[in-house]
Amino acid sequence: MSAPFLQVRDLSVRFTTDDGVVRAVDGLSFDVHRGRTLGIVGESGSGKSVTSLAIMGLHRRGRRVSIDGQIRLDGEDLVTASSARVRALRGQRMAMIFQDPLSALHPQFTVGDQIVEAYRVHHRVSRAAARRRAAELLELVGIPEPSRRLDDYPHQFSGGMRQRAMIAMAVSCDPALLIADEPTTALDVTVQAQILDLMRDLQREFDTAIILITHDLGVVAELGDDVLVMYAGQVMEHGSVADVFARPEHPYTWGLLQSVTRLDEQRDDRLRTIPGAPPSLITVPPGCPFHPRCAYREQAGPATGTVRPALVEAAPGHRVACHLPAEVRQRIRAEEVTPAR
Amino acid sequence: MTRFVVGRLVGAVVILWLVSVLAFVLFFVVPKALGNNPAVLFAGRSPDPATIAGVTRKLGLDRSYVDQYWSFLRGVFVGRHFDSGSDRSWCPAPCLGFSFRNDQPVWSQIVDALPVTASLSLGAAVLFLTVGVSSGVLSAVRRGGLFDRIAAAVSLAGVSLPVYFTGLLLLLLVSYKWHIIDNVHYVALTANPALWAWNLLPAWIVLSLLYMANYQRLTRASMIDTLGEDYVRTARAKGLPERTVIGKHALRPALTPIVTILGLDLGVLFGGAILTERTFGFRGLGAISIDAVNTQDLPVTMGVTLFAAFFVIMANVLVDIAYAVVDPRVRPR
Repeated sequence: MSAPFLQVRDLSVRFTTDDGVVRAVDGLSFDVHRGRTLGIVGESGSGKSVTSLAIMGLHRRGRRVSIDGQIRLDGEDLVTASSARVRALRGQRMAMIFQDPLSALHPQFTVGDQIVEAYRVHHRVSRAAARRRAAELLELVGIPEPSRRLDDYPHQFSGGMRQRAMIAMAVSCDPALLIADEPTTALDVTVQAQILDLMRDLQREFDTAIILITHDLGVVAELGDDVLVMYAGQVMEHGSVADVFARPEHPYTWGLLQSVTRLDEQRDDRLRTIPGAPPSLITVPPGCPFHPRCAYREQAGPATGTVRPALVEAAPGHRVACHLPAEVRQRIRAEEVTPAR
Repeated sequence: MTRFVVGRLVGAVVILWLVSVLAFVLFFVVPKALGNNPAVLFAGRSPDPATIAGVTRKLGLDRSYVDQYWSFLRGVFVGRHFDSGSDRSWCPAPCLGFSFRNDQPVWSQIVDALPVTASLSLGAAVLFLTVGVSSGVLSAVRRGGLFDRIAAAVSLAGVSLPVYFTGLLLLLLVSYKWHIIDNVHYVALTANPALWAWNLLPAWIVLSLLYMANYQRLTRASMIDTLGEDYVRTARAKGLPERTVIGKHALRPALTPIVTILGLDLGVLFGGAILTERTFGFRGLGAISIDAVNTQDLPVTMGVTLFAAFFVIMANVLVDIAYAVVDPRVRPR
């Protein structure tokens, strides 16, 4: 396999606030190859969106934000690159789709103007040529009568159409990396599937690397090749979708999987939830950040409250950060987790 | 869009008509009801009964109120005669009557004063709008920085200091001490554009200081809101240069409240900036109206009132239309 298009190594993002230092992302590493999709899952406040904004260079660097580690886009480190360089890459080599297309599109400019603008920042073409390109893009993402819809404003589009327009804008410069931050969360269930299909088609056509940020494991199962489970800004588990869904290793992943509603299976008990709430990122618990909410912390030994677990391979290409001994995890998974699903 | 504009204009005409009824009641019905005969005001010092009777007849004060209002309204559109039996005078449209004090048509006084007021308010508006909005944007972008804090202090001072203080201070410095502009007086734009601007400059500065703070603060608050919007993040994610992100994507929606306030302020300013005109000795609408009030010159007071109301109402119509131009979501379909 060729070198990964995006390599993230030991990425840390810290915000200095009046209440203390927020460790939003802490020691994150992963790769994304072209034509592959990495799903990043976790609860709200686990650092998913902060990671994506860091890759895009959208955090205002300064006294309050510090970013450490490496973000290598096609070999070029974005953390140390000048902001002008990152801006030039933004929109062209890497693009982003946001959660709520109604608020992410500008209400006072037409959809066409917004796509034309995205294209013309990176290409020296006439307005007319860019407009033709915008119509092609709308057609590509499945908007009927594209040249007429160019002159519509976002509020004249339906929710699904808006997200299609957003995707058209994001792919206008054929980016090699597409970051989708909860792209289907604000949409109707029926529209969600269409948008995911569209993203899959575009990925196939343009060999795009996709980072899919979501709290919805169903979306990851649908579109992802690899999955990264984040908790409190740290990686809990990382592996292929097939491995992680078939043999989840981390108690947090178990919790996430068990809290998914499934219609294809009879269930005899109530939907399980993970007790407690994610920690404040200013006072992340010592040791394993998940241990205060972990049902198996007694079996993990005293180190779980003091020593941060290393991310180790449970199987080739499948890493987990947990103090539970491997055989204990296997037993619990066989007895409690897999039967419940 | 045309229907929208026409609808707003019709509404404006109705409101203007109501204002004219109200003004008529206030200036001609109420004084009489209180035993203050307008004819006595017109007739001058210790008039004899015959003069009063003549004036009453000339102004039509002996007729019913409805009749009097009707003559007034007709006068505005087609002109009217004032007839006391002995002398007869024609007041051409738009007739707002004759001044009690100098017998000049009210309309011609307004027409003479309007360029002064328009020069003063438009020039000041350009100044407070550009400086206020741009410093507001800069404050929002560098929030909490040195510029932001200095701008906050300066605008607080500007809004707190009265015109008759800043105006006199400025006059003292530029005219009497440094002799940069000697003998500040109004020069018509058509006569000499350079002198026009040069003489108005101190008044523009003084008047702007008063308004600038509002625009600075409003722009700052509004920009801080829009800079946090998702669509501004999208603009950055496209790779747009920061000046496009701020000057186009964040500033345009931030302008909506500014357009509202500007419309209202301009409407009021066109009614006359009384203190500024007084301080600099310009004969604008403000100076005329304050003189008219002091001398109980009813037709002039009423004329200037209606004229000012006309501008406030028109400014509001323009604000509504500007909304529709700026924001497609309020545009009627």
